[in-house]
Amino acid sequence: MRDVAIVGIGLTRFGERWEHGLRELMAEAGVKALTDARIESKDVEIVYGSTMASGRFAGQEHVAALLADQMGLKNVPAVRIENACASGGSALRQGYLAVAGGIHDIVVVGGVEKMTDVTTAEATTALGGAGDQEWELAQGITFPGLYALMAKRHMHEYGTTEEQLASVAVKNHENASKNKYAQFRKKITIDDVLKSRVVSDPLKVFDCSPISDGAAVVVLAPLEKARQYNDTPITIAASSQASDTLRLAEREKLTEVKAAQIAASGAYRTAKVSPKDINLAEVHDCFTIAEIMAMEDLGFFEKGKAAKAIFEGETALNSRLSVNTSGGLKGCGHPVGATGIKQAVEVVMQLRGEAGERQVSNAEVGLTHNVGGSGATAVVHIMKRSN
Amino acid sequence: MEKASASSWRRMEERYNLLANECKNCGAVYFPQRIVCRKCGRHTKMESRKLSGNGTVYSYTRTHSPADAFEEESPYLIGVIELDEGPRVEGHIVENGKEVTIGTKVRPVFRRMYADGEEGLIHYHFKFAPV
Ligand SMILES: [Zn+2]
Repeated sequence: MRDVAIVGIGLTRFGERWEHGLRELMAEAGVKALTDARIESKDVEIVYGSTMASGRFAGQEHVAALLADQMGLKNVPAVRIENACASGGSALRQGYLAVAGGIHDIVVVGGVEKMTDVTTAEATTALGGAGDQEWELAQGITFPGLYALMAKRHMHEYGTTEEQLASVAVKNHENASKNKYAQFRKKITIDDVLKSRVVSDPLKVFDCSPISDGAAVVVLAPLEKARQYNDTPITIAASSQASDTLRLAEREKLTEVKAAQIAASGAYRTAKVSPKDINLAEVHDCFTIAEIMAMEDLGFFEKGKAAKAIFEGETALNSRLSVNTSGGLKGCGHPVGATGIKQAVEVVMQLRGEAGERQVSNAEVGLTHNVGGSGATAVVHIMKRSN
Repeated sequence: MEKASASSWRRMEERYNLLANECKNCGAVYFPQRIVCRKCGRHTKMESRKLSGNGTVYSYTRTHSPADAFEEESPYLIGVIELDEGPRVEGHIVENGKEVTIGTKVRPVFRRMYADGEEGLIHYHFKFAPV
């Protein structure tokens, strides 16, 4: 196994990008990443492209070849990776494996989703495919519905409150207000969240990540060659993934994501770090309850203690652990296939010291946590500044 | 929502009769049915078994933002029901004036789920009614 580094990053602004289709978004992020890595298109050996439901959202499949083509990469092998909302993290892991295993040197991993061309009900249906089509979606059980079922049970077992849920959104909007790539730049209050329209109780509009367009791309290289491409390469210290039942009701507990716990413990073991060594984390807050469960599943807080800690500011920017400095899925936006890669881009920016107004002062070790569906896939990466 | 209803027909017997299956190797009960037992990993002694459909509300939510075949029904109450025989299943909870909360006892009922357009097929499904 070789050490693997991220040597290039590229991101589009997330949000409703009416003027841009899939290809423009991919080209924008892709060109930035190649430029950042100071490489030419001929240097790239393979492309992994992630999208969850480009066929449903934009009528376009075969997106990895389109990504390669639009980035100007002629004739390279291009492979699409789909793992619902964890498509991006899963693609990053495939890229990592290709470099770590010595098969390829320069690998491009790109994710995209173009979601705003369809109606909200159509988008809800497309996203519902992340769950069990025959036994959840076919009964009208939506994606917010699944997380609402988890939230209700979490409230029942641990006394989690709607105010505590709301505080996740408030924090993430605060961070997003400092991020020029974010969909939402406006700060919100607990009251704004509580008074917003109910989507699936107890989750309201401001508890839910938005429907977004956007793309994110990273370039990977073996660490031993990384400084040819970038002065501050970032090492991927661990890449870990797990799966679980697609159907929520079948899992032992509704108040945790077991796949995330397994992926996290594997990542900590490989990187030889513990949760207290992590300075910043980009976690999968598709709904506010998801960030609370993530904090517990990743071992940052004891089970049932995270909601209160978040409410009290323990995961705010530059507190003991800075969580979702980009604004997370909630504030920065959630173009599904791009999300897992955007999380890596944010951690790289932080570890390089390039995050501007939202820079974490002690950024040494960062973590990304990307979840698919209601928890049937989870991917965790740990990153460090390269020595 | 997929309006093509082949998959809906394929699952009809299982759905209408609440047909679970049981692994005679380890005793685990599955609804919906599984080919391979998740608990012991074997598939050689999976036998059909009818469930009562009686159970308890394990979690619930009222959905106001439906998937696109369910816009007429919105808002609707859904739950995770822990069936008396063991398995948990998601389903609609019928509103009959009785309070619904975690722990509420429910029994199965069969109701219209949705129609394929105005003159299309009507799809039925089990739902749960508070007792
Ligand atoms: Zn068994």
